[in-house]
Amino acid sequence: MSSPSTYADGAAERRPNRDVIISVRDLVIGFGDVTIVKGLNLDVFRGEVLGVVGGSGQGKSVLTRAILGLVPARGGAIRIFGQDRDALAPAERRILEQRWGVLFQNGALFSGLTVKQNIQMPMRETREISHHLMDELAMLKLELVGLPPDAADKLPSELSGGMVKRAALARALALDPELVFLDEPTSGLDPIGAAEFDELIGTLQQTLGLTVFMVTHDLDSLYSICDRVAALAEGRVIAAGPLETLLESDHPWLKAYFHGVRGGRLTAARMEHKDEEWKPAPTTR
Amino acid sequence: MTVAAIERPPNLTRQSSPEGARLSLSGDWTLVASHRLEAAAARIVEEASRDRMIIFDLAQVSRLDTAGAWLINRARHELARRGVAVALEHVRPEYSTLLEEAHYRAFEAPARPRFKLVFVLLSDLGESTVGALREFYRGVSFLGEFVASMIYVAQHPKRFRFTALVAQIELICFRSVPIIVLINVLVGGIVAQQGIFQLLKFGASSYTVSLIGILVLRELGVLLTSIMIAGRSGSAITACLGSMKMREEVDALLVMGLSPMEVLIAPRVLGLVIALPILTFVADMAALFGGMIVSWWYGGISPVAFASLLKEAIALHTFLVGIIKAPFMALVIGLIASMDGLETKGSAESLGQQVTSSVVKSIFMVIVMDGLFAVFFASIDY
Ligand SMILES: Nc1ncnc2c1ncn2[C@@H]1O[C@H](COP(=O)(O)OP(=O)(O)O)[C@@H](O)[C@H]1O
Ligand SMILES: [Mg+2]
Repeated sequence: MSSPSTYADGAAERRPNRDVIISVRDLVIGFGDVTIVKGLNLDVFRGEVLGVVGGSGQGKSVLTRAILGLVPARGGAIRIFGQDRDALAPAERRILEQRWGVLFQNGALFSGLTVKQNIQMPMRETREISHHLMDELAMLKLELVGLPPDAADKLPSELSGGMVKRAALARALALDPELVFLDEPTSGLDPIGAAEFDELIGTLQQTLGLTVFMVTHDLDSLYSICDRVAALAEGRVIAAGPLETLLESDHPWLKAYFHGVRGGRLTAARMEHKDEEWKPAPTTR
Repeated sequence: MTVAAIERPPNLTRQSSPEGARLSLSGDWTLVASHRLEAAAARIVEEASRDRMIIFDLAQVSRLDTAGAWLINRARHELARRGVAVALEHVRPEYSTLLEEAHYRAFEAPARPRFKLVFVLLSDLGESTVGALREFYRGVSFLGEFVASMIYVAQHPKRFRFTALVAQIELICFRSVPIIVLINVLVGGIVAQQGIFQLLKFGASSYTVSLIGILVLRELGVLLTSIMIAGRSGSAITACLGSMKMREEVDALLVMGLSPMEVLIAPRVLGLVIALPILTFVADMAALFGGMIVSWWYGGISPVAFASLLKEAIALHTFLVGIIKAPFMALVIGLIASMDGLETKGSAESLGQQVTSSVVKSIFMVIVMDGLFAVFFASIDY
């Protein structure tokens, strides 16, 4: 499906029999005089967990927001579920937007609503279902993301950082989307909390058959749940593919990232256990 | 792949065979079907409740999501409660994980206490009364803290942040001049027009000048300025301190051993105390000017005549009565604004509430203070 374009790592990328769910071609985005994204190409395949890495300020959030339609592009094309969003009528666009869920970097829970009302917000606005079912589904989602039932009636300001992320994930999953965007889901969490969150994303991805687009800084997340990694630098994707191919890349930034002081230690440790394939831990609920 | 509305609504058909009844589910059992999904789930229970044993055949289910899985499980639970044994057949592997994850469990809604309306009313009344008294208490203790920190600053003048004070005076004072001048010229003109119009009936339109002079200098100038500043600068102070509180900047000051009272509040309140008398003077002049113009144009009183009539009508103390009130008004506005700002909780919504409450309270207190001053000046005959 992907056109044989100027792809960074061409051969690894073209897998004709996989369903492309997001395709970004020659995307250009800028603000004022500065151009942040300069001709970026990226494919996301159905059912995979794609990790997007890159230094701070390299435009990971901007790329995510552009795919979501929150930032206008100066050039290039973005197709989601095989459709060009700009060509869609408003009603069709709304239907398309109901097929994805987004976890923003800071949660973006509605501060005036309780956690339960936050989760119910997308259901209430788009589906005609009874209050009883809405309550049950909200509680189910809450349990799915590992929050205690008494969090349901709390306001976002009463939650800890990790709980906010989980509640925001529950809201992103409210309509059972096919595609989920996560912007730095584990930033600001302690290592244990981050590992739990990774595991949660892995489990949910398998249970619900999600496609996950995950922006992250977290090497652990890359190693544990990402099927493929795309590295962003200089306004484009400098490499994309399974982690192993990125580890062998010669690009200076990637070398520094994976084989620098912190990355190197982790990479070495992981390479020792290369044969043990990661599997999501069984849920203990 | 279509994205339009659901094309295969959830459905079920029942077949009875000698081995037992069979419900074959088909279509998309997803939340996209909205109420049709719930209706289909209700039909499962209806169709199967007569049997002793039933098989759900999921071979025809084209899609299943958490909501569908939950409703199927809920129906199974309901049937089990009625003594119907249910078995599932032809479940795709991905559906079985989902069905397992969404197994039925009762979510107990946390009990909400229910009271009679009278009790609610009474308790609300009591709560507000206690709240108001507490607020007053806090206001007085806040004033005490402010005075204490002023005394400290007076003893250690080097520690005072004069730059911040000057910045505040610029912000509060000079940037408010245009709007203060504008409203006061208008109000002065309106008072003059009404005075001339009403007093003409008695042939006493020249008394308009005393009316303008006394009303503006004693009351209107300071009152309008205070209300304007409460809305303009009071709200800004609350919003600024509130957002600093929200982002833990106030806590950052505290752990550095700095007092928010000294660093944040003193420059703002002092700025107000200095700015408000200046603005009141500006307001007085503007209102007199507006009055003069309208008297000339509408009542035929020339500016020279206006000036000499004004000189007879007022004395220095008329002007001072207004100006003396200004710093007190400023203190009230500043303290209420700072106190409300520091009481902001974590959310942006709470910030909005605090700003509203600060403006409403300070305007109210400005008017109350004005009343108290009126009583005071009357009793000392000033
Ligand atoms: N709305 C905006 N206006 C101007 N510049 C922006 C805007 N949003 C982001 N940027 C700039 O774009 C760059 C990339 O930002 P971002 O995508 O947030 O980085 P990150 O990769 O850390 O998520 C940064 O230099 C940022 O300053
Ligand atoms: Mg970012």
